[in-house]
Amino acid sequence: MPHRPLAAVLAVVLALGVAACGGGDESPASAPATTAAVETAPAPEFPVTVEADNGSVTLAARPEAIISLSATATESLFAIGAGEQVTAVDDQSDYPAEAPVTDLSGFEPNVEAIAGYEPDLVIAAYDPGGLVDGLEKLDIPVLLQDAAPDLDTAYEQIETLGAATGNVEDAETVVDSMETEIAELVSSSSGAEGATVYHELGPDFFSATSDTFIGSVYELFGLVNIADAAAGPADAGGYPQLSGEYIVSESPDLVVLADTVCCGQTAQKVAKRPGWDQIEAVANGNIVEADDSIASRWGPRTVEFVELIAGSLEGISGP
Amino acid sequence: MATAGGLRARLSARPERALRGVSAGWALAATAFVVVSTLLGLALGPVDLGLGAVTREVLSHVPFLGLESSFSGTDDAILWELRAPRVALGLLVGAMLASAGAAYQGVFRNPLADPYLLGAAAGAGLGATIVIAYDPGGGLDLRPIAAFAGAIVGVGVAYLLGRSVGGSGTTTLILAGVTVAAFLTAVQTYVQQQNAETVQEVYSWILGQLETSGWSDVLILLPYVAFSSAVLLWHRRLLDVLAVGDDEAASLGVPVARVRLLVVGAATLGTAAAVAFSGLIAFVGIIVPHAVRLVAGTSYRVVLPLSLAFGGGFLVLMDLVARTVVAPAQLPIGVVTAFLGAPFFAVVLRSTRTVGP
Repeated sequence: MPHRPLAAVLAVVLALGVAACGGGDESPASAPATTAAVETAPAPEFPVTVEADNGSVTLAARPEAIISLSATATESLFAIGAGEQVTAVDDQSDYPAEAPVTDLSGFEPNVEAIAGYEPDLVIAAYDPGGLVDGLEKLDIPVLLQDAAPDLDTAYEQIETLGAATGNVEDAETVVDSMETEIAELVSSSSGAEGATVYHELGPDFFSATSDTFIGSVYELFGLVNIADAAAGPADAGGYPQLSGEYIVSESPDLVVLADTVCCGQTAQKVAKRPGWDQIEAVANGNIVEADDSIASRWGPRTVEFVELIAGSLEGISGP
Repeated sequence: MATAGGLRARLSARPERALRGVSAGWALAATAFVVVSTLLGLALGPVDLGLGAVTREVLSHVPFLGLESSFSGTDDAILWELRAPRVALGLLVGAMLASAGAAYQGVFRNPLADPYLLGAAAGAGLGATIVIAYDPGGGLDLRPIAAFAGAIVGVGVAYLLGRSVGGSGTTTLILAGVTVAAFLTAVQTYVQQQNAETVQEVYSWILGQLETSGWSDVLILLPYVAFSSAVLLWHRRLLDVLAVGDDEAASLGVPVARVRLLVVGAATLGTAAAVAFSGLIAFVGIIVPHAVRLVAGTSYRVVLPLSLAFGGGFLVLMDLVARTVVAPAQLPIGVVTAFLGAPFFAVVLRSTRTVGP
C-alpha cells in the first residue's frame, strides 16, 4: 500500500505545522478535554490543591507574585479580582491595559528569566518542553491551562484560577454571568440553525473545526461549520488549511474574519478575492470583522465574541 | 568531479544523442506531459466540477463549436478564477525552478546544486518573514516584493563575497553561498522567534503554496520566467562546454566567468520571481533535471528545454496532490515535492555512483 506511509508522514508534518500554529494563536492544537475541577471546598483557605493540565498543584499560601504566560489567563485573573496579585505577564497579554506586560515569552518561555521575578505562582497555556519541569525544580508552583476545547472547560479554568488565587467567589460570579449572558444571546438569536459558517484564522485559509473552542461557540447557535468536512488526517488537530475553491463552492452564509489584526483582512479585501463574489456571505454582506485576540482566547471576553456573532446572525436564516 | 566523469562516460557511450538537441520523440513526450498535466489540473480538485462539465465548459469557449456550458456562476468562478490561475502559476514556477536548477548544476558542475544554493531561498525567506512580522496589514501585497528583493540581495552578496575572497573556482562561490544562506537564515529565525505569533504564517509560507490571488500573479511572473528561461536556453551549448571544466572551457575560448555570471544572474532573477509568489518549494530544481538526465541524455541542449517542460507539468501534478489528498483541506506543496523528491533523489544518487569514477 504505497499510500499508507504517505498518510503517516503527512500526519506528522501536519501535527508539526499545527503545533506551530497553536503557539501562534495561543490555542495549542489537540488540547485534551481535561477536567480542571476544584478539589477543595468553597472556603478560600490555603493550603489549597487544584487540578490543572499538569496534574494536582498545591499552593501553601495565597500567591502574591503571579506570573501569567497565558493571555487568556491574564484576562481571567484581572476579571476575578486577582489583578493586584499579578507581578508580570507575557508579551502577548495585551488585555486589560493595566496588566504588567513584560518581555517574557509564553511561546518560548525562559525559565531563568521567569524565576528572576521571584514568582510564587506561574500560569501558562503552553509548555514547549522544560517549562513545568524547570519551574518545579525551583519549587515554583506552575499551573498549566491548555487551550480549552469548549465553554465548560473554559469555565472550569476560571474557577481553578479563583481557587488558586483565593478569589473563589469572584470567579464564580464571573462564570455565572458569562453563562447567563451567553445563554441569553444564544436564545435571542434563534432562527439561524443550519446556516453555514467559515471562520478564518489567516488569509491562507486556515480555519477551525467544531473540535476547537471557537468552533464550539458556533455550535451554540446551531451553525454548520464548513471546516468540519476536513476529517481524519485533513483535520490537522482542529485547525485545517482549507482550499479556496472548497470555500467558494460551499458558499457559507457567514464569514468570520479572525485575521483582521494579524493580517489586515477586511470585508472589502475579502469581497475582492477572486471568485469570492459568488459566496452567499459576501453577496449579502454577512462578513464579521472580529478582533483576533477576542476570537482566539477562551476567557471572560468570549461573551463579546458571542455577542458579535449573535448580532451578525440577525439577517441570516437557516435552511 | 563525479558528474564530469559521468558526463564523459555518457558522451563516449552515446555520442549521437549527446550532440543533438531534443529529439522529436522527446519533444512530443514533453508537450504531451504538459498538456495532460494541465488538463488534469483543470479537471480535478477538491470540488468535483465533473469531468464532462469541465470539458464542455472549456470547449464552449472555442468558437464555431456551438457548445453551451452547463456551468453555474460558482463553478465558473472556481474553474477560471481559482483553479486555472493556480495551474498556470504551477506551470511557470515549476518550469522556472527546474530549468534554474539544471543551469545551477551546469555552472557549478555539482549534482546537488539547486536554485536555492547561493542564498536565494534564505534571502527570500528573510524578506517574507520581515513583512509578515512587521507589516501585518500590507502583508499580502508586500510579501512578493520583499521575497523577490531578499532573494536577489542574498545571491548578490554571496557572489560579491565569493569574488572578494578571490579565485574564480566554483567551490569558493558555493562556500560563500552557504555562508550567506546560514547568516540570513539565522536572522530570519531570530525575527520569527521575536514575533512568535507569526510562526504559523512564516512556516506556511516557507513550505510553499500555489494559492493565487488571481491572474495578476501569473501575469507579473510571466515576463520574468520568459526572460530568464530564454537566457538559460541561449547558453545551453556553453553549459555543455563548461561541464568539462573551467580550464578546458577557457582554452576553447569560452569566457567562463562571464558565462557563469550571466547564467547565475538569469537563474536567480527567475527563481526570485517564482519564490515571491510560491514560497520555497523544495526539490523541484534537483529532481526534475536529474530525471531528465537519466532518461533523455545529459547535454544541456536536452536537459534545459526538457526541464522547463517537465518541471512545469511536474509541479502542476504535485499541486494536484497537495490540494486533493486531504481535501477539502490542503497540504503545503513543499511537503509533497519533498516527500516524493527525497526517495527519488536516493535513486539518483545510487545510479550516479554506478556511472561515476
